Amino acid sequence: MRDFAYHQPATVPDAVALLGSVSESRPIAGGMTLLPTLKNRLASPSALIDLAGLPGLQSIEERSFGLAIGALARHADVARSRLVATRIPALARLAGSIGDPAVRHRGTIGGSLANNDPAADYPAAALALGARIVTNRREIPADDFFLGLFETALGPDELITGVVFPAPKRAGYAKLRNPASRYAVVGVFVAETANGIRVAMTGAGNGVVRVPEFEQALATSFAPEAVAHLRLAPDDFASDMHAEAAYRAHLASVMAARAVADALA
Amino acid sequence: MATITGVGAAPLRKEDLRFLTGRGQYVADMKRLDMAIGVFVRSPHAHAVLKGIDASAALQAPGVLAVLTGQDVAADGLGSLPCGWAITGKDGVPMKEPSFPILAQGKVRFVGDMVAFVIAESIEQARAAAELVIVDYEELPAVVGVLEAVSDGAPQLYDDVPGNLCCDWALGDEAATDAAFAKAAHVARLSLINNRLIGNPMEPRAALAEYNPGNGHYTLFTTSQFPHVVRWLMSALVLKIPEQKVRVVAPDVGGGFGVKQFLYGEEAVITWAAKKVGVPVKWVSDRAEGFMSDRQGRDHVTEAELALDENGKFLGFRVHTLANMGGYLSTFGPNIPTNLYAPLLGGVYTTPAIYCNVKVVFTNTVPVDAYRGAGRPEATFVVERIVDVAAADMGIDRVELRRRNMIPKEAYPYQTPVLVEYDSGDPVGCLDRAETVADVAGFASRKAASRAAGRFRGLGYSTYVEACGLAPSRFAGRLGARGGLYESATLRVHPTGQVTVLIGTHNHGQGHETTFAQIVSERLGIPFENVDIVFGDTDKVQFGMGTYGSRSLVVGGSALNKASDKVIAKGRKIAAHLLEAGEQDIEFEAGVFSVAGTDRTKSFVEIALAAYVPHNYPLEVLEPGLEEQAYYDPINFTYPGGAHICEVEIDPDTGVVRIERYTGVDDVGTVINPMIVEGQLHGGIVQGIGQALCEAAIYDDQSGQLLSGSFMDYCMPRADMSPHMDVSTHSTPCTHTPLGVKGCGEVGTIGSPAAVINAVVDALSHLGVTHVDMPATPNRIWRVIQNATLPRALAAE
Ligand SMILES: Cc1cc2nc3c(=O)[nH]c(=O)nc-3n(C[C@H](O)[C@H](O)[C@H](O)COP(=O)(O)OP(=O)(O)OC[C@H]3O[C@@H](n4cnc5c(N)ncnc54)[C@H](O)[C@@H]3O)c2cc1C
Repeated sequence: MRDFAYHQPATVPDAVALLGSVSESRPIAGGMTLLPTLKNRLASPSALIDLAGLPGLQSIEERSFGLAIGALARHADVARSRLVATRIPALARLAGSIGDPAVRHRGTIGGSLANNDPAADYPAAALALGARIVTNRREIPADDFFLGLFETALGPDELITGVVFPAPKRAGYAKLRNPASRYAVVGVFVAETANGIRVAMTGAGNGVVRVPEFEQALATSFAPEAVAHLRLAPDDFASDMHAEAAYRAHLASVMAARAVADALA
Repeated sequence: MATITGVGAAPLRKEDLRFLTGRGQYVADMKRLDMAIGVFVRSPHAHAVLKGIDASAALQAPGVLAVLTGQDVAADGLGSLPCGWAITGKDGVPMKEPSFPILAQGKVRFVGDMVAFVIAESIEQARAAAELVIVDYEELPAVVGVLEAVSDGAPQLYDDVPGNLCCDWALGDEAATDAAFAKAAHVARLSLINNRLIGNPMEPRAALAEYNPGNGHYTLFTTSQFPHVVRWLMSALVLKIPEQKVRVVAPDVGGGFGVKQFLYGEEAVITWAAKKVGVPVKWVSDRAEGFMSDRQGRDHVTEAELALDENGKFLGFRVHTLANMGGYLSTFGPNIPTNLYAPLLGGVYTTPAIYCNVKVVFTNTVPVDAYRGAGRPEATFVVERIVDVAAADMGIDRVELRRRNMIPKEAYPYQTPVLVEYDSGDPVGCLDRAETVADVAGFASRKAASRAAGRFRGLGYSTYVEACGLAPSRFAGRLGARGGLYESATLRVHPTGQVTVLIGTHNHGQGHETTFAQIVSERLGIPFENVDIVFGDTDKVQFGMGTYGSRSLVVGGSALNKASDKVIAKGRKIAAHLLEAGEQDIEFEAGVFSVAGTDRTKSFVEIALAAYVPHNYPLEVLEPGLEEQAYYDPINFTYPGGAHICEVEIDPDTGVVRIERYTGVDDVGTVINPMIVEGQLHGGIVQGIGQALCEAAIYDDQSGQLLSGSFMDYCMPRADMSPHMDVSTHSTPCTHTPLGVKGCGEVGTIGSPAAVINAVVDALSHLGVTHVDMPATPNRIWRVIQNATLPRALAAE
C-alpha cells in the first residue's frame, strides 16, 4: 500500500466536492474490494474519501413501490432486515450469500454496485428487479448502469447514495458459490415484475446481463422446467481456472431453474 | 499426595491461555529501537537470464540503507542453501544437485525467486525502493509440469541437468515384480495426478536478525519448526560464521505444516544483512509473497499397476511416478517423493513384490518439499485408489478385497518388500470398528433416499498405514540423510521439585506443552502444573532436530522419557542414602520413593531439595543437583494407521460434492492426551479433504505464473465444508518406543484424500466412472459426468 491522504467528509456535497477537487481521489465505503487493491498496489489513489460518516445512507426504508436502500447499508444489514425479508425476500437471501461474515459486515450495497465485479451478486438483483441507482445527481435505471467488466455509468465525481428497488410479484436467486472467494461462478436472479419477467445473470463473463432466452421461456410458463433444459451457447461464457465455458453455460440453466423454484417457494 | 495428570488424561491445553488472550510472542510483532525493514525483490518471470541489476535509483531513495544482490553474496564468499538429503538413483547414480543460491546468480528459475534485498528505515520506504531496482531479464521459455519437463525439447533449467532429471530413483525388486505380473490373473491399472498444494499456515513467515559487534554474536528470530538445524546449516554452510556465535530463536509460531521446516534463503540473507547494515533487520512475508515463496507440496504424476490372482490376492505392485521438485532442491526435497513415498506402497497388505520408480524432476515452479504427510499421503492415495479399481474390475466387493489382503494382527512384526518392517498394527480391527461407527449397514437406504432426491451417494474407504517418527539415524543415513534424526530433552528439576523441560522439538500448535507435561507428571508423579516446557531457542535448549514427520512425541517424547528414567535413577540413589537402605530396595511410585516392604518414604520434593542442599548426601559418589539430559535415536519408524470411511452426496446438476459423514478409527499407539489426538485428527482430515475437494496450486503452463496466488483463487477448506467427524482410536502400542506411542500429527491428512475420492468414485460408479482426479471440484465432477461411459438414462437403473 502506498501513502494516501484520508478525508472524512460529513455530508454528501462535501464528499462530492472533495472528489472533484482532490485529483486521483477515490471514495471508500466498506473497503472490502478497495483495500485489497491498494494493498496489492494495483491502485494507488492520492486520497481516500471515506463515506462511512455520511448521515442517513445506511437506512433501509419502505416505499409504496418497494424499498429504498442507502448506499452504505451493509450486506449483513440487508440480509437480516425484516423489511427486506417481507418485501423482497430474495434480496435478503442474496445479501446473506455474499462472501463470509466479515465481508458481509463491512461491504456495502453501494460499493458493490459501483464496483460492478463481473461475479458480484447485487448487480444481478438490481438488473432483474429494474432497480434505479440513486446518485448525488440523478437516478440511473439499472438497465443503463452496468456497462461491462467493472464499468458503470457513474461519472468521475458521482457518488451512489442509494438504490430503489420496486418490489416484484415474486423473485428468486440462485448461485453456485465459488468455494474459494464465495463470489458467483454463475448466479441467476429471476423476477416477475410489473413490466414482465426479468432475468439477470452474473458470473458468466463480462458482467451482469439480462437473459432474453430465459425471460421468454418464463413468460410462457413461470416454472423451473421452463428453463431447466434451455441451453445457452457456451461461446457467450468465460472460461477460467474455476470453470470452463460449457460448465458455466450449463449452470446458467440450473441456476435459473433453482431461482424460479426459490421464487415459487 | 500429588495429583498426577498423566497418560490418558485430557487436561485443557496449557499453551492456549497465552494464545487465546493475545499473549503469544510472534516474530512479526517484535520490534527493536533502531530496526530496519527489508523487502525482497522477486523475479516476475518463471525462467530468465539475469543480465544485470541496477540498484542506483533504489540506493538514492529516501531511507534506504542497502540493496544486496547475488553479486554481494558472491563477493562475500557465501554458500548456497544445502540439501539435507543426497539420494542415489538407479545404478548408483547420485542425484544432480545444482546450487540453490540465497540470492539468484545468473538465472531465475521460478516466479518469486529472490533477486535482491532492499533495506530501509521503514516498510514504505523499502517497498518504494524495491520498485526502483531495475533488473535486466532475458526471458526464457518456462516449463511447469513434470510430463512436459522430461519431454524432448523442453526448456532446460540447468546446463548440467539434462532433461531436467534430478534423479531416476527406484526401490524394490523389479524382476520379482515382473514375475508376479507374468502369472497374474488380472492387472488393474490407474493413472493419477497428486495435486500440488500450498501449505498456508495462518502466520506467514517472518524473520528478525541482529548483530552485536561487541562479541560477534548474531541472533535470528524466525518462524521455524527447527531452529537448531537452521543455526547449524546456516552458520556452517551458508554464512560460514562460527556456530556458537549464532542464536536462533523460533518463538511462538502460528502453524507450520512443513512450510517452516526448511532453511530458507530469507533467513540467511537477513542474518547476513544485519551485520552489513549495522542495525537489526526485519522482514515479514505477506500472504501474496507466501504463495510464491513458501515451499509447496505433493505434485506427482503416477502410473500404477496391481497384479492379482484369480481370488483377488495381490501378487505384485508396480508404480512409476514423476515428482515435481520445482526450481531448486529444498532442504528435504528429494527425500519426500522417494524415501517417504515408495516404502509405503505396501500399505496394510501382504503384497509380496513391489517395484517403484520415481523420476525427480526440476520445473520452473516454487521448490517442492514436505507438507503435512509428505510422501505418505501420495503413497496412500495410489494404494487405496488402485485397490478400489481392482475390486471394480474383478467384481469383488472392495471391503472384501481389502480383507483378503490385509496383514493379520498376528503377523506383526511384518517385513514388507519395500524396506520397512511394521512393528505392530491391527488393520482388520480398525476396519471392523470403522464399519460399525460409520453405519455402513444403513448406507444402502441412505443411498436410495439420495437417489430419490436426484442425488448420487457414495461410500469410500481408506485403510492406510504410514511411517513416521522420523527417524532411525542409521537407517536414514543409508537412504541419503546428511544429518541424524534423534531428539534431545533435558529434564531440569529445581530445588523445589518443580520442573523445566528443555526439548529440541518445536511446538507450533500441536499441544506439546501439555502432552510433554503429562509425560513428566506421569513419570515423576508430580503435578502437571509443576512442569513447564521450553523449546525453540538455541541458547536455552541443548540441541534438537525439530518438529516434523510426526516425530515430536515419538522421538522427543521418548528422549524426555529417557531423561525421566535418569532422574528417577539418581533420585533412587539419593533416597537410598537418606533412607539408609540399599538402592535395589528403593521403589518409586506416584512421586514417592520408599523402602520396599516398609513405611519409610521420601517424596520427590524432598529428594529434589536434598540434591540441591547436599548436607546429608553421598558426595563421594554422587554429584549434587538433579538435572538429566537424554538423546534418543529411534530404532525403527513408527507405523500409525487406521481405517477411514467417507460418505458423500453429489449433486449431479452442479457437480458439488458434500461430505455427509466422516469416520476415522486410527491406531496411533498409546494415547497420551485423547483431546489433543482428536484435534490433530480433525485438522489433518480437513487438510486431506482440502486436497481432495478444493486445493490446487495452478501455474500457467506458458508463462509459469502462479494463477492460484491468493485465497480468492486458492481454495482452503473452510469450516462450512467440514463434515461432522467421528474419530476414535483403536490402538496397538508401538513395540519399540518406550511409551508405546506412534504419532498422530499427519495421519488425518494421509488417510483422508483416498477415502474422499473413493467415495466420489463410488457415487459415480453407476455411470462407469473409475477415477476422478483431485481436487474434485464441481466443474471436474460435472465434466466427469458428461464424459461418463455409461449413458445417464441407462445408469438410472
Ligand atoms: C473475501 C471476499 C469475498 C467476497 N465475496 C463476494 C460475494 O460472494 N459476492 C459479492 O457480490 N461480492 C463479494 N465480495 C465483494 C464485497 O461484496 C464487497 O464488499 C463489495 O464488492 C464492495 O463493497 P465495499 O463497500 O466494500 O466497497 P469498497 O471496497 O469500499 O469500494 C469498492 C469500489 O466502489 C467505490 N465506491 C464505494 N462506495 C461507493 C459509492 N457509494 N459511490 C460510488 N463509488 C463507490 C470505491 O471507490 C471502489 O472503487 C467479496 C469480497 C471479499 C473480500
